Amino acid sequence: MAMLSVKDLQVYYGMIQAIKGLSFEVNEGEVVALIGANGAGKTTILHTVTGLIPSKEGKIEFQGKDITKAPGHKIVTYGMAHVPEGRRVFANLSVYENLKLGAYTRNDKKEIEDTLKMIYQRFPRLEERKNQMAGTLSGGEQQMLAMGRALMSQPKIILMDEPSMGLSPIFVEEIFKIIQDVAASGTTVLLVEQNAKKALSIANRAYVLETGKIVLEGDANVLMNDESVKKAYLGE
Amino acid sequence: MNLFQSIMEQLLNGLRTGSIYALIALGYSMVYGIAKMINFAHGDVIMVGAYALFMGMTALSLPLPVAIIFTIVVCAVLGIAIEKVAYKPLRNASSLAVLITAIGMSFLLQSLALIIFSATPIPFKSIISMKGIKIAGVDIPGITIITLVVTTAIMVALTLFINKTKAGSAMRAVSEDRGAAALMGINVNRTISMTFAIGSALAAVAGILYICQYQSITPTLGALPGIKAFVAAVLGGIGSIPGAMVGGILLGIVESMSKAYISTELADAIVFGVLVVILLVKPSGLLGKLKAEKV
Repeated sequence: MAMLSVKDLQVYYGMIQAIKGLSFEVNEGEVVALIGANGAGKTTILHTVTGLIPSKEGKIEFQGKDITKAPGHKIVTYGMAHVPEGRRVFANLSVYENLKLGAYTRNDKKEIEDTLKMIYQRFPRLEERKNQMAGTLSGGEQQMLAMGRALMSQPKIILMDEPSMGLSPIFVEEIFKIIQDVAASGTTVLLVEQNAKKALSIANRAYVLETGKIVLEGDANVLMNDESVKKAYLGE
Repeated sequence: MNLFQSIMEQLLNGLRTGSIYALIALGYSMVYGIAKMINFAHGDVIMVGAYALFMGMTALSLPLPVAIIFTIVVCAVLGIAIEKVAYKPLRNASSLAVLITAIGMSFLLQSLALIIFSATPIPFKSIISMKGIKIAGVDIPGITIITLVVTTAIMVALTLFINKTKAGSAMRAVSEDRGAAALMGINVNRTISMTFAIGSALAAVAGILYICQYQSITPTLGALPGIKAFVAAVLGGIGSIPGAMVGGILLGIVESMSKAYISTELADAIVFGVLVVILLVKPSGLLGKLKAEKV
């Protein structure tokens, strides 16, 4: 059974239908990419899954539990973390405070400290800057902080929205390497990216979105060599 | 009495009034920070607190400490109720609709008090019986000492709460980005309720100190300190906690000095004049945050 399954999802912004009935699945241990152009609905899907936007129709299940109507603040307690588009770190809070908020729903003080140590190991730069306000970090560092903050909840699945957006090529490489590390350590990853080439290079499977619908799905390697995908998303 | 003593006494008067303004301004500022709205009914919470204390002491004949706690609880519950009934349904409405609702809520509370207690002022004997002291020829009345001690203690406690506790950092997170805060597992609605409760509890304390100073309770008693504290919050930088404290105290001192050495009639004009000048020089207020974003 799939870890996360979305069935016949429909989402509206007022009168405008953003998601027009789509279904997808993420299995435990997989890295699944959602790719597509700007405005295809990728971010909307993630926001709906984590309860920030209500859906009109459809069903979202996580580990067999219906979470379609679950409020946003409950989602993280089920083991799902979301690294939102544009990082959205708390700019006027320190790096340390941001990370601590990532573990907001956890109560085991000692284990939280252990997770924090792990995060600092994975992102040494965050430890160097732990007392700095998050708003003073560079874009790449903020992305690391957003990821670290999400990992502080010890999620079973992590949803990442455009982690490479606006970053220098060096940081893009680094961020994708970290995503691979996270996946290798056993966390399932659902990745939304405009950088389709990079996304497909680390994903197991992928779905291609166009204006609120899935137009193509399959093995990432197969999609990478698909003529229509190459033409539309890989710039070849 | 020499000039030094006179100036010191006016300064202490200003500190006393100013710290009451600061307590009220904190409520405006915290609510603005988290709900992005000006709660114009905030001043009337002071009035409700005054009547609650009076009723607690007379009709319920509670002992003083219990009556004070009763007053704080009544105001905190009122704050939560106002938010739930009037503002929460407008969470995604235009700010103008929220503003009008807030003004309406203010009128509603005043009218209810008018119906229940009538417009006749109720004389209130100060609950502070402490004797004043004299330092270097400067008279410091008991009410000033109590007011300064109470407000300082509250401000220190509040600052620690906001900066050092988990609930405090959750509050700061919600005021920065509600969506991201929800993703952390923070219950945004509960955090907003808690902010209204704390702001209203501070207003209750301010109300108690205020009526000990003015010794009379009327349905409109919250209007003037409410608007002054609002000015103080804007002066200090709305949304900023230290700003509300600094703004309130500065306003109190300017007001008291103007009354003593310039003109009683012009005091309010001078206070608002200071606001205009400060906003011209620094539009975000004295300690207001400039919104700088990195993309």
